[in-house]
Amino acid sequence: MPVIKVDKLSKIFGKNAKQATKMLDQGLSKEEILKKTGNTVGVNRASFEVEAGEIFVIMGLSGSGKSTLVRLINRLIEPTEGSVMIDGEDLAKMNKQDLRKVRREKLSMVFQKFALFPHRTIIQNAEFGLEVQGIDKTEREKRAKESLEMVGLGEYMNQYPSQLSGGMQQRVGLARALANDPEVLLMDEAFSALDPLIRKEMQDELLELQESMKKTILFITHDLDEALRIGDRIALMKDGKIVQIGTPEEILVNPANDYVEKFVEDVDRSKVLEAQHIMKRPETVDIEKHGPRAALERMRKEGLSSIYVVDRKRKLYGYVTADDVSAAAKQEKKDLRDILHTDVPKAEMHTSMHEIFDMIHDSPVPIAVVEEDKLKGIIVRGAVIAALAGSEVSINGDHS
Amino acid sequence: MEIIPKLPVAEWIDNATEWTTDTFEFLFDFIKQDFGDFIEFFAEDLLMAIPIWLFIAVIAVLAFFVSGKRFGLVAFSVIGLWFISNQGLWEELMNTFTLVIFASLISVIIGVPFGIWMAKSKTVQTILTPVLDFMQTMPAFVYLIPAVAFFSIGMVPGVFASVIFATPPTVRFTNLGIRQVSKELIEASDSFGTTGAQKLFKVQLPMAKTTIMAGINQTVMLSLSMVVIASMIGAKGLGQTVITGLQRADVGTGFVAGLGIVILAIIIDRFTQNLNTQKGQ
Repeated sequence: MPVIKVDKLSKIFGKNAKQATKMLDQGLSKEEILKKTGNTVGVNRASFEVEAGEIFVIMGLSGSGKSTLVRLINRLIEPTEGSVMIDGEDLAKMNKQDLRKVRREKLSMVFQKFALFPHRTIIQNAEFGLEVQGIDKTEREKRAKESLEMVGLGEYMNQYPSQLSGGMQQRVGLARALANDPEVLLMDEAFSALDPLIRKEMQDELLELQESMKKTILFITHDLDEALRIGDRIALMKDGKIVQIGTPEEILVNPANDYVEKFVEDVDRSKVLEAQHIMKRPETVDIEKHGPRAALERMRKEGLSSIYVVDRKRKLYGYVTADDVSAAAKQEKKDLRDILHTDVPKAEMHTSMHEIFDMIHDSPVPIAVVEEDKLKGIIVRGAVIAALAGSEVSINGDHS
Repeated sequence: MEIIPKLPVAEWIDNATEWTTDTFEFLFDFIKQDFGDFIEFFAEDLLMAIPIWLFIAVIAVLAFFVSGKRFGLVAFSVIGLWFISNQGLWEELMNTFTLVIFASLISVIIGVPFGIWMAKSKTVQTILTPVLDFMQTMPAFVYLIPAVAFFSIGMVPGVFASVIFATPPTVRFTNLGIRQVSKELIEASDSFGTTGAQKLFKVQLPMAKTTIMAGINQTVMLSLSMVVIASMIGAKGLGQTVITGLQRADVGTGFVAGLGIVILAIIIDRFTQNLNTQKGQ
């Protein structure tokens, strides 16, 4: 069961919202409705589901309604129509007490401009949600402290927000949201106010935290790179409408319409990047020197499921898989040639990302980048997506 | 050409005042009697019981800490207060001080809740804004008339008139301070599921504190400015000495008493301002 299930959720600002909703149903555009009724359509019948433990990114330019949408989900803005089911309960129809309870226990929000309380210390900020719930002081201090330590701010507990840098302030914002141990984390352009390097750092940290905490995260951003980097799935919004929902790959490869395509076009690095930009140093075994046992040992150490086989001059012979190697080792075979796969997916140094994209899609092993039959590097799937998503391209980086 | 005859507005107000006086007589009598006694007790028995040197010493020590351990305010307070006692105006000073304290306290006790109410409701704001304008622009003397009708003469009607005149800044600044709290902080508070009261006490009031304190400072200053006017209906204090000076065309006496008011005003102003900057950062 999805944790969040949003169904035909709409927000219309202004009077006569009912009339305007009817017009939406008739399929009139945002402009037409504005002209006829004077109402602004904030969100137009958005529907989506977010599964437990998923990072769901809502992405759109300013004015696309994404910030309104996230506020409809915890009802900071009252929806005009539609439903927001959290764990099977409809927030849109809840009374105030129940809503407060859900906000206290299930939903936490992180804000674009941090929204820390300047008159409270860092730990008091982190405690806020627990304090509101009426949890006693020792308990809430303990939990707030854990939460601050999780984001690496254990040392700063008694400082005030103004004494911290932007990146650190947003960590506090994150800690404050996590202290409640909510099921769902709503992040409204949480990293947009940070400068690019810090932003990237925070994205990595969020992903790292997510590994262990497995929250359901709804992340709002206007930055496609960010969306591609952290999203498990992405919803693209335009004029209050969700235009496409899909995994980063789906969105890049099959844009649903011109709008998405145009969006993606700007980041279409596949046209500029080449194999040599995204390959990494390969782990190899020497066909003359190493037998199955050595290959298995190497693969186990590096955590690989296949490994390329070369000779002393790095001439490429093929690859072996972990399964074959371990079987061969059991049978006490000495030579790798018996189990060698030679149907190697190959690319040249100058092969464009575009082609690599097509190749890597069905390839069970990393793509080998060769020059005059010599293995120069390999390309793993993650590196392709990371490169498309705009992370820094490093030739010997350790993407995995 | 009188199509519409002169409206008997003055009579209406007279009647309304008379009705109020009669209807709430028990209440007014109670306030006049018991509250009046209390004020008198505070000024004559409590403050006057403190030896002058001790009073000045306490103020000096407070001034030292309030002004962030500097000596400017300390020196001014000591010299100023000594000067007033030297001029034989100590009792008058204590009376004036009492009037200001009570008027300000009541103004704040009334003003802050109204300010909060005003910030929470647009309707209330729409209604209260012209009322506050009215209270502040009406010549302060006018308040003396119903004050006398309700409470006859003395300190109590003086406090009453001062409260009417001095409350508006506290109401206004409280309203302003709360409304100035950024929308994102309010959203943050709401998103954690705060009740209205939690939001008010944990977020809005602490954030608005500096602004509210500025309003309170204004209120104190305004009630001090009512001292001379209130003395026209028998409120004791420095104002009375000023009036006496006026009646006898005695420039010297009037000026010295006026100087006393100025000294008190500066001391109170610096105290309230410093309290504000210190805690509000």
